[in-house]
Amino acid sequence: MPLTINGTDHDFIGDPRTTLLDYLRDECGLTGTKKGCDHGQCGACTVLVNGQRINSCLTLAVMHEDDQVTTIEGLGTASNLHPLQAAFVRHDGYQCGYCTPGQICSAKAMIDEAANGWPSFVTADLFEPVKLTTDEIRERMSGNLCRCGAYSNIVDAVTEILETKR
Amino acid sequence: MRAFTYSRAAAVAHACQQTRDGARLIAGGTNLLDLMKLEIEVPEVVIDINRLDLANIAQSGAGLRIGSLVTNSACAAHPRVRGHYPVLSRAILAGATFQLRNKATTGGNLCQRTRCYYFYNRDQACNKRDPGSGCSALEGANRIHAILGASEDCIATYPGDMAVALAALNADVEVTAPDGSVRSIPVREFHRLPGDTPDRDNVLEPGDVITAVTLPAPVGGTQIYRKVRDRASYAFALVSIACVLKMDEGRIASAALAFGGLAHKPWHDSDMDELLTGKAPSDTLFEAVADLLLDGACSYGQNDFKIGMTRRVLKAVLREATGMQA
Repeated sequence: MPLTINGTDHDFIGDPRTTLLDYLRDECGLTGTKKGCDHGQCGACTVLVNGQRINSCLTLAVMHEDDQVTTIEGLGTASNLHPLQAAFVRHDGYQCGYCTPGQICSAKAMIDEAANGWPSFVTADLFEPVKLTTDEIRERMSGNLCRCGAYSNIVDAVTEILETKR
Repeated sequence: MRAFTYSRAAAVAHACQQTRDGARLIAGGTNLLDLMKLEIEVPEVVIDINRLDLANIAQSGAGLRIGSLVTNSACAAHPRVRGHYPVLSRAILAGATFQLRNKATTGGNLCQRTRCYYFYNRDQACNKRDPGSGCSALEGANRIHAILGASEDCIATYPGDMAVALAALNADVEVTAPDGSVRSIPVREFHRLPGDTPDRDNVLEPGDVITAVTLPAPVGGTQIYRKVRDRASYAFALVSIACVLKMDEGRIASAALAFGGLAHKPWHDSDMDELLTGKAPSDTLFEAVADLLLDGACSYGQNDFKIGMTRRVLKAVLREATGMQA
């Protein structure tokens, strides 16, 4: 069953119980995506599928025929960091780093969602262009937990990227 | 997770036949796979319906037809939903996270199961999970549990937000049966009270497949979704209220209220809507509406607070919706 991961063609063959998360980590060797709770509560497993962020622990690999999956490895490399990765380093947006790949994939998608005008729970006017204020970032990133509590630095890192874009 | 066979539905009729024969349908999978990992759901056959052509939102008469595979994200962001049914956008955005809403679907969300701790814990008694085993919540940790319409067999709540707004909007659930017939079930009648069969969450029969949710013509007015929960984001409702209310020359021209977090179903009582209609807003009126809702309420210890909280939140919502000082 074909699918594309970080621009590379893959062919999933295996037990249908395999989650996308386990497939990425165990079969594809893409261990950047992390398994935290394995129940969709922590966001450590966040990846992009066809550009949208999802919890890769709560979907089966076999459901993703012909989909385009992007993991943290597809966003940047050690020698060529994604701007969000560089911002997380500058702002110390982590301590242990376990939630960081999910945080960065999530932040990438959040910026795209806001650009598309998707409102959130804290958006005052459902039709105004979305401005990613601190309150908006906190609400929109609430699916990514950080047990070290680096939240304020994560908000700073994301905010810096948004200001660079403006 | 137990082993299962996986295949894809080629057509709605195929999905109907498979589910009639005991298969579980998977759409977003965010609730089903969670429960399968815990072996609370143990289907032998899983049918993936994601490739069916049910992910469109389209005008339907004066209303709107939302395909059952429309994701929560797409529904909340759709311009017509935002513009004409803002209480629905607000309710969806009050639930879960962007990651989950990008997968969760309209049909699947209606079918999501309770988050009762004892339903989720296979070491505990739960008549919903294991009929006849008892209800550990009755004398257990029942802070999140029902105060309306519960039974001695089950005090679980329906956990969703979207369906609460749909109940206020008086939407219909479009269901296709194995014989190909299509029927509409008012969303207010879709979920059921537990009675002595709490294992049944809703009125779907074996072989039924939800194909759409249909919204009636826009009613305008003030639309509010107020959700009270333990965290500011990403938590289920302790109490939530969807309110669609129109004023005319200082009087309430029409009102529709629905409640989440209180019962085994989104709670709607047309007597409350009628009591408000035609009246000038006042605290006395709002107290009477709250009495109508809560006079039969029953709490179980840890959720005693819900009765008073519901009264206060209801009054605040009605004050806001009618333009009184909040």
